[in-house]
Amino acid sequence: MSDNPSLRTPSQRIAWTITIVISTLVFIFLITPILAIMPLSFSSGSYLTYPLPGLSLRWYDDFINSPRWMNSLKNSMIIGVASTLLSMVLGTLAALGLAQWKSRFKPLVLAFVLSPVVVPGVITAVGLYFFFAPIGLTGSYLGLILAHTALATPFVVITVGATLQSFDTNLARAAASLGASPLDAFRRVILPLILPGLASGALFAFATSFDEVVIVLFMAGPEQRTLPREMFSGIRENISPTITAAAVILTTVSVILLAALEGLRRRNERLKGSSA
Amino acid sequence: MTAASLTGIDAQTEVPLKRRLKRAERARQIKALALVVPLLLFLLFTFASPIAGMLWRAVDDREVRQVLPQTVTALANWDGKDLPDEKAYAALASDILAARASGTVAIAAKRLNYALNGFRTILTSTARSLKAAPEPGTARETLGKINPAWRERATWTTIKDASGPVTGFYLLAALDLTRNADGAIVAAAPDQAIYRGVFARTFLISFSVTALCLILGFPVAYLLATLPPGRSNLLMIFVLLPFWTSLLVRTCAWIVLLQSKGVVNDSLHWLGIIDEPLRLIYNRFGVCVAMTHVLLPFMILPLYSSMKAISPAYMRAAASLGAPPLIAFLRIYLPQTLPGIGAGSLLVFILALGYYITPALVGGAADQMISYFIALYTTETANWGLASALGAVLLLATILLALVYGKLVQGQQVTGGMKN
Repeated sequence: MSDNPSLRTPSQRIAWTITIVISTLVFIFLITPILAIMPLSFSSGSYLTYPLPGLSLRWYDDFINSPRWMNSLKNSMIIGVASTLLSMVLGTLAALGLAQWKSRFKPLVLAFVLSPVVVPGVITAVGLYFFFAPIGLTGSYLGLILAHTALATPFVVITVGATLQSFDTNLARAAASLGASPLDAFRRVILPLILPGLASGALFAFATSFDEVVIVLFMAGPEQRTLPREMFSGIRENISPTITAAAVILTTVSVILLAALEGLRRRNERLKGSSA
Repeated sequence: MTAASLTGIDAQTEVPLKRRLKRAERARQIKALALVVPLLLFLLFTFASPIAGMLWRAVDDREVRQVLPQTVTALANWDGKDLPDEKAYAALASDILAARASGTVAIAAKRLNYALNGFRTILTSTARSLKAAPEPGTARETLGKINPAWRERATWTTIKDASGPVTGFYLLAALDLTRNADGAIVAAAPDQAIYRGVFARTFLISFSVTALCLILGFPVAYLLATLPPGRSNLLMIFVLLPFWTSLLVRTCAWIVLLQSKGVVNDSLHWLGIIDEPLRLIYNRFGVCVAMTHVLLPFMILPLYSSMKAISPAYMRAAASLGAPPLIAFLRIYLPQTLPGIGAGSLLVFILALGYYITPALVGGAADQMISYFIALYTTETANWGLASALGAVLLLATILLALVYGKLVQGQQVTGGMKN
């Protein structure tokens, strides 16, 4: 416990010990559910209890051979990738514009752009359900992609915007003064520099769509059910170990996304360190 | 060149240059705005319009007007004191015959039934029994014979109240209020007055979860902000991994842990602490535990960044000036974390208010929050007016809290900038 420099008196040491004890308990609280569910997916029995009767891959086998689960995984990927691409285009353009735009209306516009994050999911879902049904966009991939793009774009605007804030605009001016067209300057000077920011924006956007379930619940037909949507019905009806296999697959995707994001952050810090 | 000629050249070019710069700047601003416009248009279509449409549905009241147009016209000048005149009865009979032919009776019956329980039966039975248009002058008698409800004033005031095109009916109902036969706003009948209770429950659950997150999150944020970066980055994984794990996975995990034959009950039984499994899920306890788990990172992260910004020099200064550690903590450290506490608490509270999935999966019937009722009235009973009105109230609460949050975070950024 010597890493806290200001521990001089016994009472401070007690307070620090209490902090560590409570924090440890909270860390256990945070991580146990995720760790507890994983081994169950490798159980050979069909009850979700410990101790496991034996190990097997039967529930993964079940997942892979179930058209319902595989279709939902495919749908999650289609909708996730499409809404990520769309939100990247819209969000990056908007972030570039917002970085240069000076107006007293800017906070208002920014609040509007970010509002899909704050508005409760059910409200967005009900609104979209009423609005998209008459124009045939419920029960369609397009409708879900548009809706998820609306939810994901704020994250792109935030992450790309944060990267642009640390971007030296003189570089763009230098490119222009050396004769680069705006498109060339963007492609060869700005883009490589903000690429890590774009990548984190894309990860956030994909994670948003991949995890979203309320809008899917209202708008998806049986053909467009995503993985979280399928899990929702599974949990409601009866929790079979196949759900834990699905949970492990979902968590693996999250861990990959998180690791990618952490890698980007480290790379960024390293670059900043070397330039200083 | 002399100094005078230099200034002379400057004076000549100054005005056009200024104007040119201004023009260039304006062009730049227009270009910048043009980059934002696609997203604004997109959000207008996929976000703002749908929500505006939902808000409109909370006051929209055109069903009765569409199905019973002549009746609505005939009742326009009715003072509501006595029964309406023969003309209104004849109009109603003619409307009902037309509605039966086009199969729209149920639309009006459903709307009128919201306002007066049993109206559905009155209207459908009348539509079934009315064979042909009554002889001139006998409409009142004919309808009264088919269903005596047509001899009551309340039946007619219900139609008049529902004649639209806009109504406060659903918004009042969302607040457990209604209009009586004289048009005064009064408390709704006890069996329909459930929404204030639901809103109170929603606020109570959100508040409990926020308090739990603060109590659990504060020590963790303090630890992470105090430890050297290498270790705190490692421990941060414990916060970020749950944060990135799917909501469904975490909710499912809590069911596995807390169910009667779940991991927690089994462990407690094995340890000899309990004989009978405890009821830990499908009740308020389960909802609060699962929601706290999901929302805790949203508390820890803002707290962490506000604590990270506090210079350790302040605490050292307090100690060197003779402040005991507790006093130094309470008077120097804690006040500086207040903006972080405020931001984290508001964020968690706002997010908790709109929760739907977690209570739906781990809560009992008495733990469902307002979002559940909005979803229920949208998809199950298709009472879209009431769903929209409840949504409007929730949206208003969210926006007000989000404005406070925005002010708080903005203020933090300003003071943060000044300190640097």
